[in-house]
Formats: sequence, structure tokens, C-alpha cells
Amino acid sequence: MTLRFDKLGVVIAVIVAYAAFFASFATFRANRIVPGQARPILEALPPTLGMLLLTIVIVCGIVALLKTPLILRLAASVAALVALTILIGVAGGFLTPAGNTFARIAPASGFWLLIFAFTLLLADVLTRLNLSPWSRVGVLVLAALAIAALLVSGSWDSLSILKEYASRADSFWAEASKHVTLALGSLAGAMIVGIPLGILCHRVEKLRAAVLNVLNIIQTIPSIALFGLLIAPLGWVSVHVPGAAAIGVRGIGTAPAFVALFLYSLLPVVANTVVGLAGVPRAANDAARGMGMTDRQRLFDVEFPLAFPVILTGIRIVLVQNIGLATIAALIGGGGFGVFVFQGVGQTAMDLVLLGALPTVALAFAAAIILDAVIEMTATMRRVGTA
Amino acid sequence: MKAWLPTLLRLAVLALLVVFITSPGWFEPLLKPLTENGAPAIYNQGSLLTLTLQHLRTVLIATVAATTVAVALAILVTRPAGAEFLPLSRSLVNIGQTFPPVAVLALAVPAVGFGEKPTLIALFLYGLLPIFENALTALTTLPGNVMEAARGAGMTGWQRLMKVELPLSTPVILGGIRLSVVISLATATIGSTVAAKTLGEVIIAGLISNNLAYVLQGGLIVAALAVLIYDGLSAIERYAARRMGQGGE
Repeated sequence: MTLRFDKLGVVIAVIVAYAAFFASFATFRANRIVPGQARPILEALPPTLGMLLLTIVIVCGIVALLKTPLILRLAASVAALVALTILIGVAGGFLTPAGNTFARIAPASGFWLLIFAFTLLLADVLTRLNLSPWSRVGVLVLAALAIAALLVSGSWDSLSILKEYASRADSFWAEASKHVTLALGSLAGAMIVGIPLGILCHRVEKLRAAVLNVLNIIQTIPSIALFGLLIAPLGWVSVHVPGAAAIGVRGIGTAPAFVALFLYSLLPVVANTVVGLAGVPRAANDAARGMGMTDRQRLFDVEFPLAFPVILTGIRIVLVQNIGLATIAALIGGGGFGVFVFQGVGQTAMDLVLLGALPTVALAFAAAIILDAVIEMTATMRRVGTA
Repeated sequence: MKAWLPTLLRLAVLALLVVFITSPGWFEPLLKPLTENGAPAIYNQGSLLTLTLQHLRTVLIATVAATTVAVALAILVTRPAGAEFLPLSRSLVNIGQTFPPVAVLALAVPAVGFGEKPTLIALFLYGLLPIFENALTALTTLPGNVMEAARGAGMTGWQRLMKVELPLSTPVILGGIRLSVVISLATATIGSTVAAKTLGEVIIAGLISNNLAYVLQGGLIVAALAVLIYDGLSAIERYAARRMGQGGE
């Protein structure tokens, strides 16, 4: 039997070897803002666990390097990821001197590289398995449950990012709900206005170019400027329109952030509605007309269902983009995870930056996977329906 | 009469932009009503011209780097030797696009420190995706008969790539670069939250001191740059498409 190498495996093995032997696994800092000291795997963990982790990582690296069956690669990537995520928590407890509440233990470059390498392996396996939309969502739920279990069990409590969380647990959930409300609320607003506007643009050709041009130009205004520019008009509305202040319209805070996100969301929704409706086959429309359907029936029973996957693609773009952009709302007092990111940048406390950035990335990632699955399902349903 | 109207409009925007960033003082009376308590109407902590040039320089460096890497990667995964990486690279591109620019920027700071570097990294990573996606689409959807003809004419793999595949893909790749540049122009302003010298500095100074005139001038300069560069690149794209015999839009 000859050994054959997997091309991607070579890349993964190189990263794993570097991360395991030359990079540091965890960083020890005497308090939250001083520079840290690097600790490699064998110094960051009790000797037996350190050897165990090295062995697991090397074995899984070899599985990746050689041409091995998919199921073995899947097992290896999952095993390595589970070992890494559990043992980084152990390292936190091991490195913290007893009774010291100022010391901070953070995962270091070696840990992140190992996570990256084995996630790459897992992503490759999952891509090659060609999972159905439902199973992809299932994998996502499993991963979310595993992370939630680790968080609830308290095995990560000694890590710096969770220490930052512990001192702001209340505000974390308040900002989280603000973040989600901003992203989803502006999306809902954009759908309520954008889809009818898109239908109108599809029907009235003269309107199309004008509306799309204006929306295109709005997209070019940098987000921090658009947020800022809305402060003045909304402040004016809050003072002069009766009742506006009562429902929370103010110059600074959530209102300008909401309006800015709404404006950015309009282009993908309107443009995709127009493209989706334009892509409806003539034959379908002719048949509907021939059956004596009214314009209204045709819109709701024929055109709209056929255009739906394309419109959903626009909604996916908007949701992922809004989850990211909502971080900037913090600059104008709109709240959201950006509060932690910008506070962290201001205090050069990187754990605080991570506390804001990691949930944002996780939310955007989950939203993308779920909506991709939904899009694929509606698209296949349509194909089956018209075949 | 109608055909030259958009061109004239663009030239007017360009002229206005150049005049504004070289002698912003002329526009002071226009912006004065937006300020309160006698605050200055024109950004005075640095020259707008220098900031604009630095902004463009940051975007240019990031885009050139992103284009080189993205096109090279796309060529690699479309060769027989790299075909194994094709599905994975597609999913990585999809995953990469979900990372918010602010998060990339903030996470780059601990690795490289404050200033221009984290901005360049964020712009580079963010700019990679649209270019890679377009390059991949272009290289995988080349007309089969043309490729057959090139092979039949006895061209080697390298000759086919340089003389047939890349020239035919140029318009679509340019489209990716255009998207990437427009995103980068706006994203670069966020770089000023980590102390990069870009036009974002003007906007942030306005947000901090509650000076609407600063926010407006910073925002409008970036928007005008984006619109002009977008149009300019679209024109180059159409020219390239015509040269490839793909006949414009």
C-alpha cells in the first residue's frame, strides 16, 4: 500500500505543525490591558492533558494529510475541535494563580490557528458530503448547542473574554437584543417598502432607472456619515412632530441607526424584486393571462411565487449586511454589539473587542447558513413544481 | 443631446470635488448654517486634500493586493492541479462574506497594532471576495468552442491561459474589482476608528464634536469619489468587453 497525500491536507498539516510546536497556545497577562506572555501547549496545560492534546492534534493532522475516507476525516476534525475547545478552558483554570482575579488568560495565535485548520478540514468534508439544506441547518444547530453547553457548564469561565462578559452580563444581553432588533427591524421595514416598490419598478419602466440610481447612490455614502447625517433631521422631527418623541424618535440613538440601516437595505430588496420579476418566463405569464387571471391574481399566484427565491437572495444579502453594519450604530449611541467593540478599541482591551465581534460574526454566519438553506429549498421546490 | 448629458454631469461633479478638496474655504458660507456655537465649518485639523489622497492610497494598495491574490487563486483552482480546492474555495468565499468589516478591523488591531495596517488588512480581506467570485465565474464559464479551438490550434496550457482565458475573463474580473473598490472606499472610513488617516477622520471628528458640517463634507467627498470611480471603471469594463467582441452591455 502506498501513502498518498491529500492536497488540502498538506496545507492543513503545515498549519497544524506550526501552531502546535512553534506558536503559543494561551497568553497570560497580569491584568486586562498589559501585554501578555506566551505559553505553548505543554506549559499551558497540566502535563498529561498537554501530551494528550498534542497527540490528538498530531493524529488528526496526519488523518488530514493522507488520503483517508471522508467519515474518518469528519471524525478527526470534530475530535480535534472538541478537544481544543474543552482544553482551552482547562488551560484558563490551570494558568490562573489561585485567588487572583486580575490575571487574564486568553487563547493565543496557536489556538486560533489550530481551530482554523480543523474548521477548514470540517468545511472541506461538509462541502464534499454535499449536505441537503436541512442537514446543514442541523449541523449549525448541533454546533450552537455544543458551544452553548460549554458556556453554560462554566468550563470557559476562567478565560478573559468571559471575565469581560461576567462584569457586563446585563448590558451584554441588552445590547444583544438591541443589535438583533436593529438588524431585523430595518430588514422588516425594507421588505414592507422595498417589495411593493420593486413590483412598481417592474411595472413602470420609467421609474425603474430613477429609483435604482437613487438607491445606488445611497449605498456609496459611508455608513458612519449616513448615521451622522440622519441625526439632525431626526432631531428636528423629534422636537416638531407631536408624538414622535414618545415613540422613541430622537436625534441620536436607535432612530438614526434604524433609518440608515433601512436605507441601505432598500437597494438589494428592490433590485432583487425587479430582477426576480423580470426573470419570470413569458410562457408562464401568457398561460396565466390565457386562463383569464386578473393582474392581481397573476402577481400573487404566478409572478411572485416564481420570483421568490431571487427576492430571498436579496433578503439574505440585507440580513447579513445589517448584522455587520449594526455594530457601527454604537458610534452614534444606537447600541448593539458595537458598543463593546468600540469601548474595547478605546481601552485597548482586546478581550472586550472580541466580546463584541465574536457574537456579531456568529450571528451573521448563522443567518447566512439558515437563509442559504431556505433559498435552496424554495428553489428546488420551484423546480419540482414546474418540471 | 441626451447622450452627453450624463458625461457633463460627471465632469461637473469631478470639477466640484477637485475645487472642494483643494480650496474648501470657498464653501464655508454654504456649510456655516450647519454648525453651532461658531464651530468651524471646514475641517481644520488636517488638509482635506492630503486626507483624500491618503484615503485613495489605502484603497489602491488594498485593491491591488486583493486583485493579485484573488485572480491568482482563481487561476489556481481552475487548473487541473488545483481542481480539488474548487468546492472548498467556493464555500470559504461564502463564509468570508459574512464577516462584518468592523469585526475584521477590530480583530486585526491586536495582531498588527493601530493605524493604517489593520485598515489595509480589513480592506484586503473584504476586497478579495467579490474579485475572486467574479474571476471564478469568468474562468469557469468560458465558451467551450473557443477553448476547443485554442486546444486544437496546439496552444499549451500557459498560452491558453495568457492569450485566451484571461483576456476573455477581463471584463467580468473588472466588474469584481469595481464592486470591491466601491465597498473599500466606504469601509476605509471606518478605519479611522482605529487611527488610520482616511476621510473617516473628518466624519468622526464631526460625530464627536456634534459638527454636522464635518460629517456632511466627509460623507459627500467619499460618496462623490465612489460614484466617479464606479462610473470610470464601468466605462473601462465596457471598453474591454467591446474589445473582446462581447459588444457592451
